[in-house]
Amino acid sequence: MKYLVFTPEMKLADVIHVNYKLLLILPRFGISLGFGDKTVRECCTEQGIRPDFFVMACHLYTFDDYIPAKDEIIREMVDDLIRYLKHSHSYYLENPVAAIREQFHQIALQSDPAHSKILHRFFEEYKNELINHFRYEEEVVFPYIRKVANREEADSYKIDMFEENHSNIEEKLNDLKNIVIKYLPEKTAGTERIRLLFDIFQLEEDVNRHTLIENRVLIPLVHKLEKGHGRKQNV
Amino acid sequence: MAGNKTYKIVLIESSPIIIQGIQELLRPHREFSFIAVVRKGKRYAETLRHLSPDLLLVNPQLLDSRQMQPTDPAEAPAVIALSYQYLHPEILQHYNTVIDINDDRETIVRKLQQALAIPQPAGETNESNELSVREKEILVSVAKGMINKEIAEQHHISVHTVITHRKNITRKTGIKSISGLTVFAILNNLIEMSEVE
Repeated sequence: MKYLVFTPEMKLADVIHVNYKLLLILPRFGISLGFGDKTVRECCTEQGIRPDFFVMACHLYTFDDYIPAKDEIIREMVDDLIRYLKHSHSYYLENPVAAIREQFHQIALQSDPAHSKILHRFFEEYKNELINHFRYEEEVVFPYIRKVANREEADSYKIDMFEENHSNIEEKLNDLKNIVIKYLPEKTAGTERIRLLFDIFQLEEDVNRHTLIENRVLIPLVHKLEKGHGRKQNV
Repeated sequence: MAGNKTYKIVLIESSPIIIQGIQELLRPHREFSFIAVVRKGKRYAETLRHLSPDLLLVNPQLLDSRQMQPTDPAEAPAVIALSYQYLHPEILQHYNTVIDINDDRETIVRKLQQALAIPQPAGETNESNELSVREKEILVSVAKGMINKEIAEQHHISVHTVITHRKNITRKTGIKSISGLTVFAILNNLIEMSEVE
């Protein structure tokens, strides 16, 4: 299936008008607002990223059923892809997760002290799992991918070991939603709670898209590289 | 959602009266489909491997219940005993629940639904989303960090039953993770903070 909605020749401003949620990914590509009438290609070139990868990411963030074709996912994307994923990690921790943590703690403080303590603890556990997961990707998975991409000898790690890892984190975020929606006592922080929930849902959606990029670009790409590596051929 | 799924049942029973009777009784309930009848307990293991049923209806006299310990509890079917006379509690602890020969259709259906953790249509049954007393007890054990086997031993029930309770708890509360369940237990004053530290 070919999507021609976004192209490198499109004005970046028009891309944002089609899907405003793409605003969230601009900083991960190093692009700041104020780009005037520049095209996607121009903005990407300024930042030294491949326009085809940027467009692919925009499609993945916009269409649920978009799966990039195998021949569109190429070795030359590895650096951009890893840089993008790393920037996403730090974005999550520094922005939405930090903001949700702060809001959640403020709300928890309005409960009785024992309750507030367990709520704090729950969130810290979630955050630590998230940090560990990101760290694992950055310290194990990404270096491995770089090696395979550069046709260096890689250790026995294979990308298939990577795929399982997400479920706990999604589970906890979902539990967090239900705790805030259903189980914090009535009348606790009505408005703040709604704002918090919007942020949690937003984070969840964003992380799901992040996972799509991993599942539909990163993993197929590494499979391709691993195969080529095994046969000692070019991919 | 619950309307579309069919639950595969394997019946382990030798009596033609019971075999035909229970299938006849459940015929109006399309969600239950009998996919096999095993007349001899010895054939039980191989049949299961091939069929992966959701539920076993078992005459305990045909089966050595020690064989029933599943390799992977998460994948294991629910197991219900068919009882025609007194059964020793030690046997029954391997089963989620018991269908008595005198149970009527409604009771049997309810027991099947509970064992399968099928969501009940709201308002139609007495069972609300409130946790039962038993479920609260199990929840407290989970919050204390006990594993299924320890919970089973403490409450004198089978691991199967613990898993069914846990599925029901998660269905009712919308909370899956152990730390989430701990939060739930504390917010609802089922347990003290000091007990989970």
